[in-house]
Amino acid sequence: MADRGDAMRGLTMSDSTARKGIGLDVLTLGVFLSVMALVSLFLTAKTQDPLMAVHAVILLIAFVLGIIALAMRAAGGLHFDQSRYEEGIVKAGVVATVFWGVVGFLVGVVIASQLAFPNLLYFENIGWLNFGRLRPVHTSAVIFAFGGNALMMTSFYVVQRTNHARLAGGVWPWFVFWGYQLFIILAATGYVAGITQSKEYAEPEWYVDIWLTIVWVAYLLVFLGTLWKRKIKHIYVANWFYLSFIVTVAMLHIVNNLSIPIGLTEHKSYSLFAGVQDAMTQWWYAHNAVGFFLTSGFLGMMYYFVPKRAERPVYSYRLSIVHFWSLIFIYIWAGPHHLHYTALPMWAQTLGMTFSVILWMPSWGGMINGLMTLSGAWDKLRTDPVMRMLVVSVAFYGMSTFEGPVMSIRAVNSLSHYTDWTIGHVHSGALGWVAYVSFGALYCLVPWLWKRARLYSNDLVEWHFWISTIGIVFYITSMWVSGIMQGLMWRAYNSFGFLEYSFVETVEAMHPYYIIRAAGGLLFLLGSLIMAYNLWRTARGDVRKGEDVPDMVPFSTVIPAVQ
Amino acid sequence: MSFKHEIFEKNSILLTVGILIVVSIGGLVEIAPLFYISSTIEKVEGMRPYTPLELTGRNVYIREGCYLCHSQMIRPLRDEAERYGHYSLAAESMYDHPFQWGSKRTGPDLARVGGKYSDAWHLAHMNRPQAVVPESVMPPYTFLNDNILDGRTIEADLRTNRIVGVPYSDAQIAAAKSDLFTQVDEFADDYDGFVGRYPGANVRDFDGDPKHVTEMDALIAYLQMLGTLVDFSTYEADAEENLR
Repeated sequence: MADRGDAMRGLTMSDSTARKGIGLDVLTLGVFLSVMALVSLFLTAKTQDPLMAVHAVILLIAFVLGIIALAMRAAGGLHFDQSRYEEGIVKAGVVATVFWGVVGFLVGVVIASQLAFPNLLYFENIGWLNFGRLRPVHTSAVIFAFGGNALMMTSFYVVQRTNHARLAGGVWPWFVFWGYQLFIILAATGYVAGITQSKEYAEPEWYVDIWLTIVWVAYLLVFLGTLWKRKIKHIYVANWFYLSFIVTVAMLHIVNNLSIPIGLTEHKSYSLFAGVQDAMTQWWYAHNAVGFFLTSGFLGMMYYFVPKRAERPVYSYRLSIVHFWSLIFIYIWAGPHHLHYTALPMWAQTLGMTFSVILWMPSWGGMINGLMTLSGAWDKLRTDPVMRMLVVSVAFYGMSTFEGPVMSIRAVNSLSHYTDWTIGHVHSGALGWVAYVSFGALYCLVPWLWKRARLYSNDLVEWHFWISTIGIVFYITSMWVSGIMQGLMWRAYNSFGFLEYSFVETVEAMHPYYIIRAAGGLLFLLGSLIMAYNLWRTARGDVRKGEDVPDMVPFSTVIPAVQ
Repeated sequence: MSFKHEIFEKNSILLTVGILIVVSIGGLVEIAPLFYISSTIEKVEGMRPYTPLELTGRNVYIREGCYLCHSQMIRPLRDEAERYGHYSLAAESMYDHPFQWGSKRTGPDLARVGGKYSDAWHLAHMNRPQAVVPESVMPPYTFLNDNILDGRTIEADLRTNRIVGVPYSDAQIAAAKSDLFTQVDEFADDYDGFVGRYPGANVRDFDGDPKHVTEMDALIAYLQMLGTLVDFSTYEADAEENLR
């Protein structure tokens, strides 16, 4: 890793390059925010749609707050020292990641409990908390709010460190951060109020989609701009993955959300595509939300934090090239395996299945590259619980990228489709891989960013690890059993040649497994609360009694210099 | 000639363009042909655009996230055909913007639920699912009774559907608002006009409350027409134009 030791050099750098006055970045952002505030003021005044009115007011408040914050910072003299890394935004990202993670897991526990104990949690006259409205809140909160903040935050950290350049764009990275939080708030409040276009993982309506597109383009430009400033000739492999994540998600988001609103002051829109074409586009999007949001981006995280924590170079440079290009090429084809035996033409289903099975290989290429990076450092699994979390995340990645191709085979899919097996599969990837690699990155970053010698407590990391691992095991095993059982019950015939079970008998049979699943989710939530506490105490600079033996070299208290 | 991966690693624009090209191919091959291969959608008789009330009900279905627990896509498997009916055709969702095939069956498939239960059953079920299906895990939708329709956006709804390809006629769009209320009243002035515009549509008071036209009316009207449009007596699965 090229940036080793830069912490020390920071102490001697001068502030001579610090910028004074109002720059182009502040000016452009100020103009943009003012225009957006005017648009939302117009929207607030004009709309006859009560749901749009709520969002228009939220937008107006957000833009006015944005203008005030920008003006206050500009008046206080913006201090962008080009010789130092931008770490404030990474710290903000850490806080946002932990916050949204806990929120997302909590909503997950709520909706899991709703399936286990429906009478306890539903209210006849309040639709807001029904499963159908909360489920998108859960999926968006964990994928886009928790996962998205983890990706943005780590990408901002990694792109600076591996290129020896301060984040480009002046105040614009802060626009990306707050703009993205605004997107999350609009999406979540919209679902609860009933604003959705019903495309899974792309539920926000047209105006929220446009807003996210603007934020995303700014994100891409900040990322590319930082690459353009780099002082290292080669772009490090983690950045290829981050870049492919940003570029591809932009493409997927724009195409899948093409729709025509019924009016410019109305929340409702109709998808440009219908039926079979709409289904294909949606699952092309949704499977690659997995492929590029939850895989490619998090592989970027793996390629920085695993070698860094293990203090070993990446196992194989050649393997990272081969698996990068093959992964991103093959992933895009896998969508139709969500539509086996549907009205999608057979040729498309077969293409999707074929590429999904092939996808096993590049996925395991990434897993092998991550795991083998520990060559010569395997002892850290025993001594460093954070390292163990990172390694187990890669192991879960390997497991779910094997299970996925199996489930994409048409014959297997005829059993697994429409059942909880799919839910279990998703969670072995989401909890085991995505969340664990993010937790690992958080445990690395908080001491690095807040300049602490060590975490508040390694023992609490152990507790977090084991509690949430048991939670994951509860979750995925109960979903395997209930999913396969339900699939088998649907197709069971009795000796007279009639269907053995009515549908509702299969619902009843799910009950014990839904309780186990909810318990698993609760354990996972508990683990994340332990982490939040541990990270908060770490940031404060505390060390837990009995653990105050420094086991790491202390970091400088100054933000290190760009070399 | 030797190719070195270095050129991507040293040029961020080349890397970006390379990524874009590589990730575009799969989608282009899988999605684009669905728009021009004519056999993608079967040739059937009976498909018509949704009535204003059905469309409103469909929007309630979308808003409440029904698709998260109910599929509308029967697969050509023996048990599904026996449980739900004829497997779903692509033609049956050709006017669905967006599609509602779903991905999970926490509850049963609804692709052909139309006509299977009475309106009164649906009403009781929506008010309190456990009243008619004790083991059900479905939430209650009692509040739909209180949401009275005003038809504020219905004309824009139809007009927008026409922009994205649903063949609504000028007459259907012009009468959208009155059709919304006509469908719940067999004695409405424009009954004949409505039935002419939407042949075969159910016309009756769906929620047992003739005083108000509510979202409950709309949702039940939508559920009662699901899967009932295509005339399977004239559909030949083995005909050459329907082989895919």
